[in-house]
Amino acid sequence: MAKTYAKPGILEQLRADYFSNKLDAAMTLVFGTLVIWVVWNLLGWGIIHAVWTQENREMCGHGGDGACWAVIDARWRLILFGLYPFEEQWRSAIACIAIITVGILSCVPAFWHGKKLAALWITGFAIYYVLMRGGVFGLSEVSVQDWGGLSLTIFVFAAVTLLGMPTAIIFALLRRSDLPWISRTMGLIIDSIRSLPLLSIMFTFAVVLPFVLPSWLPTEKLYLVVIGYALFFACYQAEIIRGGMQALSAGQEEAAKALGMSYWQRISYIVLPQAFRNALPPTINQLVITFKETSLVVIIGFFEVLASGNAAYGNSDWNFAHIEVYSFVGLIYFIFVFSLSRYGAYLERRLAVATR
Amino acid sequence: MPSLLKTKSFRDNAAQVGFVGGLILLVLLFTLTARTNLEAQGLTSGFGFLERSTGWRVSFSLIEFDTSDTYMKVIWVGILNSLFLGAISLSLATILGTAIGVMRVSGNKMAELIGTTYVEIFRNLPLLLQVFFWYAILTSLPQPREAVNIAEVAFLSSRGIYMPGLNVTGLSVFFCAITLICCFSLWLWIKTARQFRAMAPERKILISRLIWLGWLAAAVILLAYGRVPETPLASIPYLRGLNFRDGIRISPELLACIIAISVYGGAYIGEIVRAGFNAVPKGQGEAGHALGLSNWQTFTRIRLPLAIRAVLPTLINQYVWLFKSTTIGIAVGFVDFFFVISTSISQAGQTLELIAILMGGFLVINYTLAWVLNRVNDAIKLKGTQLRT
Repeated sequence: MAKTYAKPGILEQLRADYFSNKLDAAMTLVFGTLVIWVVWNLLGWGIIHAVWTQENREMCGHGGDGACWAVIDARWRLILFGLYPFEEQWRSAIACIAIITVGILSCVPAFWHGKKLAALWITGFAIYYVLMRGGVFGLSEVSVQDWGGLSLTIFVFAAVTLLGMPTAIIFALLRRSDLPWISRTMGLIIDSIRSLPLLSIMFTFAVVLPFVLPSWLPTEKLYLVVIGYALFFACYQAEIIRGGMQALSAGQEEAAKALGMSYWQRISYIVLPQAFRNALPPTINQLVITFKETSLVVIIGFFEVLASGNAAYGNSDWNFAHIEVYSFVGLIYFIFVFSLSRYGAYLERRLAVATR
Repeated sequence: MPSLLKTKSFRDNAAQVGFVGGLILLVLLFTLTARTNLEAQGLTSGFGFLERSTGWRVSFSLIEFDTSDTYMKVIWVGILNSLFLGAISLSLATILGTAIGVMRVSGNKMAELIGTTYVEIFRNLPLLLQVFFWYAILTSLPQPREAVNIAEVAFLSSRGIYMPGLNVTGLSVFFCAITLICCFSLWLWIKTARQFRAMAPERKILISRLIWLGWLAAAVILLAYGRVPETPLASIPYLRGLNFRDGIRISPELLACIIAISVYGGAYIGEIVRAGFNAVPKGQGEAGHALGLSNWQTFTRIRLPLAIRAVLPTLINQYVWLFKSTTIGIAVGFVDFFFVISTSISQAGQTLELIAILMGGFLVINYTLAWVLNRVNDAIKLKGTQLRT
């Protein structure tokens, strides 16, 4: 029979966690004071002394010691929807919700089948495009240049992931091909693109591609930037998938061969499902990075949520309120990124249970 | 013919030729279209423009730069600035990241709480947002006339941070830093390398003292040689009119980039360091305690060296990745490599050539960085039987 120990009481537990020796106690005191000081000041600034509505905006800024959330109250539509025509912003909101819903649905295990996912995302993108672009069903037309705010951020992220993921699979398969010329060329391309900054790739696609593409191809800047970003994403993701494939034992593929399965059957039924499971933690990490780096399209000149945040305090009424605006924009990013990484942790636990 | 199609070697070769040939065709197609498009717009191609003078100023440069200098030189200025920003931010990120990583494995719940909060906040916000945030804070500091005064020698203002410095040329400071790195490596080599293990400890101490004295002498000579004539040695900033004179000015652009990249990189490196400490088997530390080593000795002699070796490959990727993120400087107007290239494109119009220089430059820098760090990794990684876990 296993030996049982008495469970330590709360006091003993506290003592072990915070005051196990002199150094530990000193650390607890110093860091504890720091934490209390920071939390106290943040509470005072952000909640107790804060100004919440634009009616009281005279109390803001000039010598006040609280946050001026009135700027968010006044400018939230600019931050969320950018330059999208004011009367039509409900379309932007619904389009945004459609993509987010599709994203959440594709996180549910019941939808994890190639055809279901494809149908889901095609519907989602169709709704998004029709609502944002307009021109049909009596909706007025809005040009791509006027898309902005959160819905642009989400569009870039979703489009990059959807274009990038299949490309990444193809790149990974080419990279581990048995034919030396194909695998080496692909390796060279992947390594070169990975050692370039994303910003330079986006810039190249936005500035250079209109030069080198034949004139009959569409050269809408937003689509070019998205394609460039998708290529960059695919190169990183291809290496992650290849890592997942390498972790598979060679016996898996050999057994599939012995059963007489064709190359595509082996890849799609045996190799890829297991490779994706192995590569799940770095894939989620890559998605998190991709979401954060959509903010770089600001520099290329698009009006996504960070740029509209800049614009929100960029007039004489609110020019003191940069901290409040950036906190708000930061919170938006944080919510998306944090829930994505929590979902990743949940998936890891779930898969760990499945393989046990 | 059908039988030829069925042979594996023929199909393999056809696939390879098709793949590589297709790529070459694509590149050729792009080049041809680019040429016709350029000719239609009456633009000339070629690298001749590098010899022309730019006619514009840069706001920050480590070397002398004037409007009459060439494009070649302005690109060089950009590369140096990028390397400068990268070197400072990567070092600070490493220090910060190590501190955070150690806090998270320290066993003290309060320190772990701070470390976790730090990582979760700064890793989950885009770097660009953080750069904008710090830049907004730095530029909203008071005007130079009402600058925050630190002991009459350093000033915080919206025009930047002013600090006391030395009236010496940048070149001699650079050489001082180089000799410092050389002396440090020499000292480390003598202290740790196998072939010096038999040397008597007294002699080792004597030699290391000599090394440091040598560096001090070299530094004094270099600084005296590089001194700007007819000025006092120390240069202390003072207010004259609307702005400060003398001293070292750190511009808000540079400082915002440094803070943002170090804080963001520190969060990532902190996670890597924590993973490194978790990868060291518990038995190693316990064995150290059993041999009578103190907590500090176990940490510095056993856990830290093993953890560094465990994470170095991951860390190398992280450094390359962080160095690439220095291109973010363009968002606030820091004159880095990417900024210089994009300004040159709008001024000189030689888009394709300048993009090629940009890509080539980053390939060379990143491959060199990865190569050097991989050599370091090869030199210090655990070898042979030590690798047992």
